[in-house]
Parts: sequence; C-alpha cells; structure tokens
Amino acid sequence: MTLKKQSLWSAPFIIWILIGTIVPLLAICYYGFTTRDGNWTFNNIIAIGKAEHARALWLAIALAISSTFLCFVLAYPIALILKASKLGEKGFIVFLFILPMWMNFLLRTMAWQVILEKGGLINSMIAGAGLPDLEIINTPWAVILGMVYDFLPFMILPIYNTLIKIDNQIIEAAYDLGASWFTVNLKVILPLCIPGIASGVTMVFVPSLTTFVISNMLGGGKINLIGNIIEQEFTTSANWNLGSGLSLVMMVFIVVSMMFLSKLDKNKEGNFI
Amino acid sequence: MGNTPIIELKNIYKSFGETEVLTDFNLEVGEKEFITLLGPSGCGKTTILRIVGGFEKPDRGSVIFQGEDITDVPPNKREINTVFQKYALFPHMNVQDNIAFGLKISGKTDQYIKDKIQYALKLVNLDGYETRSIQSLSGGQQQRIAMARAIVNEPKVLLLDEPLGALDLKLRQDMEYELIRLNNELGITFIYVTHDQEEALTMSDKVVVMNMGYIQQMGTPEEIYNEPENAFVADFIGDSNIIDGVMEEDRLVRICGEKWPCVDEGFGSRKPVDVVIRPEDIIIREPGKGKLDGEVIHNVFIGVHYEMEILAGGFTWLAQNTTNFKVGSRVSIDVTPSNIQIMHKPQSIEEEAMEIDA
Repeated sequence: MTLKKQSLWSAPFIIWILIGTIVPLLAICYYGFTTRDGNWTFNNIIAIGKAEHARALWLAIALAISSTFLCFVLAYPIALILKASKLGEKGFIVFLFILPMWMNFLLRTMAWQVILEKGGLINSMIAGAGLPDLEIINTPWAVILGMVYDFLPFMILPIYNTLIKIDNQIIEAAYDLGASWFTVNLKVILPLCIPGIASGVTMVFVPSLTTFVISNMLGGGKINLIGNIIEQEFTTSANWNLGSGLSLVMMVFIVVSMMFLSKLDKNKEGNFI
Repeated sequence: MGNTPIIELKNIYKSFGETEVLTDFNLEVGEKEFITLLGPSGCGKTTILRIVGGFEKPDRGSVIFQGEDITDVPPNKREINTVFQKYALFPHMNVQDNIAFGLKISGKTDQYIKDKIQYALKLVNLDGYETRSIQSLSGGQQQRIAMARAIVNEPKVLLLDEPLGALDLKLRQDMEYELIRLNNELGITFIYVTHDQEEALTMSDKVVVMNMGYIQQMGTPEEIYNEPENAFVADFIGDSNIIDGVMEEDRLVRICGEKWPCVDEGFGSRKPVDVVIRPEDIIIREPGKGKLDGEVIHNVFIGVHYEMEILAGGFTWLAQNTTNFKVGSRVSIDVTPSNIQIMHKPQSIEEEAMEIDA
C-alpha cells in the first residue's frame, strides 16, 4: 500500500479529531479570552484567583487527592488478591469488578444518595440500633465516597494489568534471595507496579477533579467544587466566557500534572496525552 | 564422588493435574559436586530443581538438606540460591542493587556489601558495571549478573535452570568454562539443568540422564558417553548408530547378518539386543577389507571431520572420519570389539522409561 492510500484511510480519523477536538478547543479558547462583547481579555483566566473560585479549586483538589489515595489503598490489595486467586475463573472475578462500570454512572451515584440520605438505608439501620443519626449526605465525606465508588475500577484495572505482566520468575528470585513476603511486595512488586499505579492515578484523579455530578448529587449544593462553578457559569449564569476561562485554567493544571505522572509511566501503561 | 550427600531427594512424587511428572524419584547430590540433570523437555528435570529450591512442594517424599528435612521450608529460608532460566534480574534496580538484594536482607554492613559486589563482579568479569542499568546489558552480561547475585549470598547449593539456553554458541562455550571455574573456586555444589548434552558432558562431575520422570543413567560424562545403558541414553547423548542385533553367545553378536566379536557377557544366547556404535568408532577401509561392504550415500564436512552415511548390510551407518570418502565410492566398515556397546532391549514403553539403578 502506498503512502498516499494510507493517508486516505486516515481521513475519517482526521476529520473526527478536527470536529471533535480541535474545533471545540478553539471555541473554548476564543470564549475564554474574550468578553461577552467579543473584546480580548485576560479577566476570565485571572478570575480563578477570586476567593470563591480559588476555594472551589482547592476543595476540588483536596477531595480528588483524598479519593485517589483511597482508591489506591483499596485497589492495590484487590489487584494483588485478583492475581493470587488461582480459581481458573480469573476472568469472571475481574468481570465482577468491572460490572458496575457498565451501569449508568448517574444511577450508581443516585443509589448512594438513597443509601446515605437522612431517612436512608444507613440511618434507618443506625436508628434501629438506637444510635443518633449520622450526618453523611451533603458532607465532603459523601462526595469522596461517591468518587471512590465510581472510579475504583479505573484504579484496579491498570494496576492489575501491570501486576499480571510481572514475570513470576522475578518474584521467585526475590524469595530465593531470602526476602519475606513483605519485602518482596515493598521492594519488587510495588516498584514494578508504578506504571500501572501512575495510569490508575490519572484515571481517578482527573475525573474526580472535574466532576460536578457527584458533588451535586451527594453534596446537595453545599459542596461547591470547581467543576460545579464551571457548570453553573455555562448553565445558570449563562456566562460562557468565564466558564471557558476557568476550564482553560483547569486544562493547563491537568496537563501539567499528567506530564508529571507520565514520567512515572515509562511503559506507557495508560498514556493519555 | 564418595563424599557425604548435601542434598537427598527421597521417594519424591509430583503430579500437575492429571500428569504425573515424578514417581518415586530418588537422588543424592554430593558436596561441592557439579551435577547435571539432562533430558528432553518434560522429563521432570526442572520440577526437581524447583522442588530443591522450594518453589514446588512434592506430593509425597522428602527433601533432605545436610541431614535435615527441608520439605516444608519456604525458599527464602533455604541456604540455596537459583540462577533462573530468564535470569530474572530486577529491572527497576541497577547492577549493584541487584547483587546487593540478598545481602541487604540478611543485614550485612554497607562495607561488606560493597566489597562483596566488587568481588562478585570481578569473579564474573564485569568489574566497573556497578551502576549500569539491567536494560543496557547483553544477554550474556545479564546471565553473569544473575550468577553474581546468587553467589554473593554464599549458598551451600546453587541451582542453575538452563542458564545458557538463550546465549549464542561462542558465549555459551565461554560461560561453560566460567561455570567450571566458579564451581572449583567457590566450593559450592552446583545442580545444573539442561537439555544440551554438550553442556552436560563439558561441565559436570556427574550427569543424570532423565526421561519421563525416571533416571535413565547416572554417571561421569565418560561413563554416560562411552557406556550408555540403554538406547535412550545412547540416542540422547551424541549421535549413535543403534542397530537391532542378536547376542549369539558371550562376546559375539550378530548384526546385519554378520557375526561381530565384542566384549560384553551375560546377555544369554540368541537374545535380541540393541547395539550402539558411535560414528567416530566406525573404521572405514578399502572394499573387501572390512566386515561389511557398502557405499557412501551422503557426505558433509562439519569442521573437524567429514560426516558420512554409509549404506551397508541394509543399514545406514553414520560414520565420522577425517579422510574424505566421496559420495558413491565403495567402502568397507569395521569396528573394534571394545567399541561395540550391547544393551538390553526394553520389553515395553513402561520398561523403557523405568528407572535403572546406577
């Protein structure tokens, strides 16, 4: 096949990128750097410094870091257990963990709403035990819980994938040299998992940072993350310019953190940029 | 090797699923010995190594190390180290961290570790490679680092699982001499697993030829090569002519319709036997002057000598000679009596695989 024919085949892909990525990006840039009247301005970018916006950004970062960390703490042992389970039905067990991913994300979050709310499942159980009500819904804890629940599979899968690719002889070699189970995990398995962890962190941190659905549903409007602010600018306030400007700031922030993470992911286990 | 055994395998049974790999396997390994388990893939040799290393548990039987039963001791508690087939170096560490891994775990001082790394790298001819990354090393270098990583821990026994398999011929030969030197210098027992008969014959004090989980023959490389006990060993160790024969009486065997004097006794009379004659033991003479007349039907020059196929007496004989006999030329072949090796014919496949006590 000649080069010309090959480039012809890639035409639909290029058109797709143009319509789906380049054009919207340019539009966001245009809105971000202009006022409502169409004059050039940096105000929409600088607006991130406004107390209300800055607070939302820091809260979003704090919650995203917490949920990413919790996802890792849960996912790493789960991935280890998945690898160790020699049930011959490994595919099925992994499938069980992915299954929730196929259910609508809004439904899953809504389910937590029902579980956590005032007269919800947890509080009626606590009440049944004669204990005072727990205030969970509409707190940052509820939002973190929602994030962890929604994004956990995205942490498990890349870690599991790197884990099963580690040559068993390398692990046996570590035991052979006298290492205990703990040392083998700390000095050999964990370092070799770093590419998977890096891509898992990316896949959890970015959606957690930008989410507005989880904070809306489980935060009850009390938890304002940067995602909520941007969403409100586009919807309620109808200020596309400010929304675009804040989005651009977020994008730069994410690209920078991605670049840092992709340095760890040498094997390109989950390269997204 | 009359010295005390450092490792004894007693009545080892091991199956994987339905497949029985080892049945009532027994082996003794002497101190400082270089012993090689030789056999085709699937003969159980690697399973034995993994049982000694502690990576597999035998279904039955026991592993004795210096008189102590270590069957249930995990690999990290055994004074045994392994050089793995694919080297299994830690890819995220450099050369010195790889070598230091075992030493750090046993809590040696920094100075001791440093000296030991230097010593080990010198031993494997890689001094100056301390900070190199594993990915930057060639296969042969990785192999030697894997050796260094194992020997710095001063194990009593070193297990080597086809460690030269991935290397090219020249490097493999160099490494063979290096391994012999290490075995002599370190005074460590080497248990070596390979399917390469040349490696086995070159390096070992003792060769254990295995097939289908049974020991076929155990002995020095000379014994294995010169006096194979059955057709499997003869066929597996080097090229051989294995011919159906009939033992007429003591010291006389009939092959291809001719009676040949030999040196074997006690096979009874008129008993069918397998006869092994090494290609280099076939003497080629002028037609009519040997035992069997025939014709050269194939001839290849392979460096040291010519390898020829001679059709004589209805059998195609493989012969090696430094003199070139052209294809089509008439020749006569002969064999001196001491180079004719007589073996019992196995009655069944079961018997073929059965253990023959050495």
